[in-house]
Amino acid sequence: MNPLIINIVYMMLSAALLFAFIRLTRGPSLADRVVALELIASIVVGYVGVYAISTGVSSMLDVAIVIALTAFLAAIGFARFLERGGRRDE
Amino acid sequence: MSEIIVAIMLLGGASFMLLAAIGILRLPDLPTRMHASTKAGAMGAMFTMAGVAIYFGDGVVVARAIAIIIFILITAPIAAHVIGRAGYFMGTPLWEGTVKDELRDQYDEETHKLYSGFEPGPESMIPPDNGGGKRKD
Repeated sequence: MNPLIINIVYMMLSAALLFAFIRLTRGPSLADRVVALELIASIVVGYVGVYAISTGVSSMLDVAIVIALTAFLAAIGFARFLERGGRRDE
Repeated sequence: MSEIIVAIMLLGGASFMLLAAIGILRLPDLPTRMHASTKAGAMGAMFTMAGVAIYFGDGVVVARAIAIIIFILITAPIAAHVIGRAGYFMGTPLWEGTVKDELRDQYDEETHKLYSGFEPGPESMIPPDNGGGKRKD
């Protein structure tokens, strides 16, 4: 795979990760932070896919599966926590 | 040839995820941020996984990549729905330019009830419970 394209994709994903992280730290409510975490997990899945292509190690896809699974479970758990009444004002 | 397709897939996926991140950074309130992040983020991850599947071209890897794509396709809307619902029930303030909020009349903040508008009488209302998922909505 052309290293230039891989590097461009890495840079775009890093910028996306940075923006999502800014929202994670700033987000006025807890739900905003959960949304940012969800997006970060999705970006990391993309990272792992690009890493699998750039190194040629196809076993990395298992890591992507696990990250997607845990992100989904974390989102569900956070949402139930919020609905059951966690701390409302952070 | 497949190299070009993989490059297009990777660049497209990274662009979608960058757009999602810019949206989550710039947009004013929770539903609009979710509107940007969930759809475009899932689309970016799916594009990247499609690129992986095309690049390796091996049966096992393609099956795994398709499994990831289907998993993201199923779980992203569920997670978005659940977080959006929890965020609304928490009372997250909407953007001041919001023109329509159809849940406002249906949702009772004190009793945490959600009405559908088709109840025949006050006695046969939906029973109150605090958990998600069991309520009719």
